[in-house]
Amino acid sequence: MTGSTVSGATAVPRSRRSRALGRRSRAIGRLVFLGPGLAYLIVLLLVPLALILSYTVFRRDRFGGVVYEATGENFTRLLDPLYLDVIVSSLKLATIATVIALLVGYPTAYLIAQLPRKWKTIALVAIVLPFWTNFLVRVYAWIVLLSGPGLVNSALGDLGLGPFEFLYNQGTIVTGLVYSYLPLMVLPLYAAIEKLDPQLREASANLGARPARTFVSVTLPLTLPGVVTGCLFVFVPSFGNFVIPELLGGGRSIMVGNLIRDQFLKARDWPFGSTLTLALLAVLIVLLLLQAWSARRA
Amino acid sequence: MSRSRYTRRLPAAAVAAGLVLALSACGGETADSTTSAGPAASASSAQLDPNADLSKQSLAISVWDGYTPKELPQQVKEKLKTELKVTLHANNEEIMAKLTSGTDTGLDVAFVSGQYAQALNEAGLLEPIHPELVPNLANLFPEAKELSYDKGNVFSVPYTWGTTGICYRNDLLKTAPTSWNDLLNPPAEAKKKVTMMITERWLALPAIKALGYSVNTRSDEEIAKVKEKLLAAKPNLLAYDDTTFRDRLKKGEAVMVEAWDGWCPAGEKNIDFVVPKEGSDLWVDTMVILKSSKNKEAAHAFINYILDPKVHGWAAENILYGVPNKAAMELVDPELKASMPSLQMTPSQLLQGESIIDLGEDSVKFTRLATEVAAQQ
Repeated sequence: MTGSTVSGATAVPRSRRSRALGRRSRAIGRLVFLGPGLAYLIVLLLVPLALILSYTVFRRDRFGGVVYEATGENFTRLLDPLYLDVIVSSLKLATIATVIALLVGYPTAYLIAQLPRKWKTIALVAIVLPFWTNFLVRVYAWIVLLSGPGLVNSALGDLGLGPFEFLYNQGTIVTGLVYSYLPLMVLPLYAAIEKLDPQLREASANLGARPARTFVSVTLPLTLPGVVTGCLFVFVPSFGNFVIPELLGGGRSIMVGNLIRDQFLKARDWPFGSTLTLALLAVLIVLLLLQAWSARRA
Repeated sequence: MSRSRYTRRLPAAAVAAGLVLALSACGGETADSTTSAGPAASASSAQLDPNADLSKQSLAISVWDGYTPKELPQQVKEKLKTELKVTLHANNEEIMAKLTSGTDTGLDVAFVSGQYAQALNEAGLLEPIHPELVPNLANLFPEAKELSYDKGNVFSVPYTWGTTGICYRNDLLKTAPTSWNDLLNPPAEAKKKVTMMITERWLALPAIKALGYSVNTRSDEEIAKVKEKLLAAKPNLLAYDDTTFRDRLKKGEAVMVEAWDGWCPAGEKNIDFVVPKEGSDLWVDTMVILKSSKNKEAAHAFINYILDPKVHGWAAENILYGVPNKAAMELVDPELKASMPSLQMTPSQLLQGESIIDLGEDSVKFTRLATEVAAQQ
């Protein structure tokens, strides 16, 4: 893009030939800049996606291979209450995690936006800091903290309390999800709140609105795209997660991510695993469309 | 040390990486093709020359990571004068997918669990073992010839074997467990301090045995009863765990866990292992020779070499699973033996366990059972 504006600005008198040359160099420029990204998308996104799509209509053979024989049974199997329940409970857990992340993340982002510039940077770095550590290590840290003989219980034990059973239930799954993805909520919210012109809030106050009214009628609607983006960023990885249910949920409940992982790696049923993946993708595409729609409205 | 068990029974947790690997594995590899010596006999066993020049043959084997010594190719080259190429598979399903794909894999020998050897043989893919080319078969325990998936070692030679039981803390339990019901319905001091495995067949095992069924049941009615029992046990569980139960036991987070014998650190203070009185399973990992192999003499010589007490003893001392080789077990360091229940298990004790066999299309019943049990709140 930069290339095209530069050549457009310098080439004032244009012969047909130089225009053709310009077009060609522009095309080469585009290719150079877009090429790596395109190659990445094609090789690592489109091709695997096409594979997954094609597997959904085939059948598993006895030893886990794929029999190339068209069938619709994977889709009817999707409607089995067993799998529907898992999908619904994943939706539920991911939604709860997203709402909690929003309730915690919004005030956090709001406060950071009010800080003096220097402190803003420090606060933002602090928010991102956990991402510098491996995800699995951070999840295991929760086990070290909360397990039966863990740190929290031994500290409480010194005070004569407990021991409590914190771990291995749906509550700890939600805790893990909120903890892991909270930064992804705070950052887009911060960006939206930061952009907000403080004069708008002042105007609202001058016109007699109480702070609560200002928040509901001015701040919130104007930061809604940030809210939607943040919710999406938390919901999407939560919905498909399989590590947290396994580690912090003790494998006692499963989410759709576990189901997909098990189809590919344990049951070796790639066709059904692909169909589940497609169902998950369908949910996410609907959500992305909603986000695009809300962004356009804003 | 016994990491191979993890990769074998339980495919790695990293789905993305695993998927990429699996895809690339499906691409298939061809070993350097030696000049074809004519098509192998398809129906019966091939005519093999006991005096074949092994230096003219080369071998390609597929085995679980860590399941044979790293130096094996050099050792084989030295001993048999045969080039050996080792490829690895993560689990039975992966090697089965490769071997049953219909394309020539170039493999001569594969390591698979007993029930899979049975299935490969049913598919007509295995060369019968020629006992006259494997004199070291004499080193095996007599019981190792009585394995139900392959009585008489017709198409497979056992490499390691073991069973599943309860691994527990004798200091944190008032009475030692003796029955699968102790795990399924634990005493007060063990409530919420029990783990069970989630991998299908082993998830079902305690309930199956407590109910007196066969580990190879295909009956929907029995599987429904098993499900009921497993769901009733779920509230008393700390977690489902196939991989970290040892650490949980050592830390005291768990006091009683379902464990493979080779995984129970019974050498540690306060930790013991018991095979419940209702009985358990018997798993065997075997070596098989592919019918498509063009190096069958070398393949037999290789298996014979593995059955050498020193070589086979490596497996016992390093993978810490029992090996069905009498001479090899006699060589194992007594101190190590005393610390591992898997190395103390006698063949007759093991044979009381029921062999897990391949259930074919019915295996999906166990997949479904595992999902149902895990999904239930």
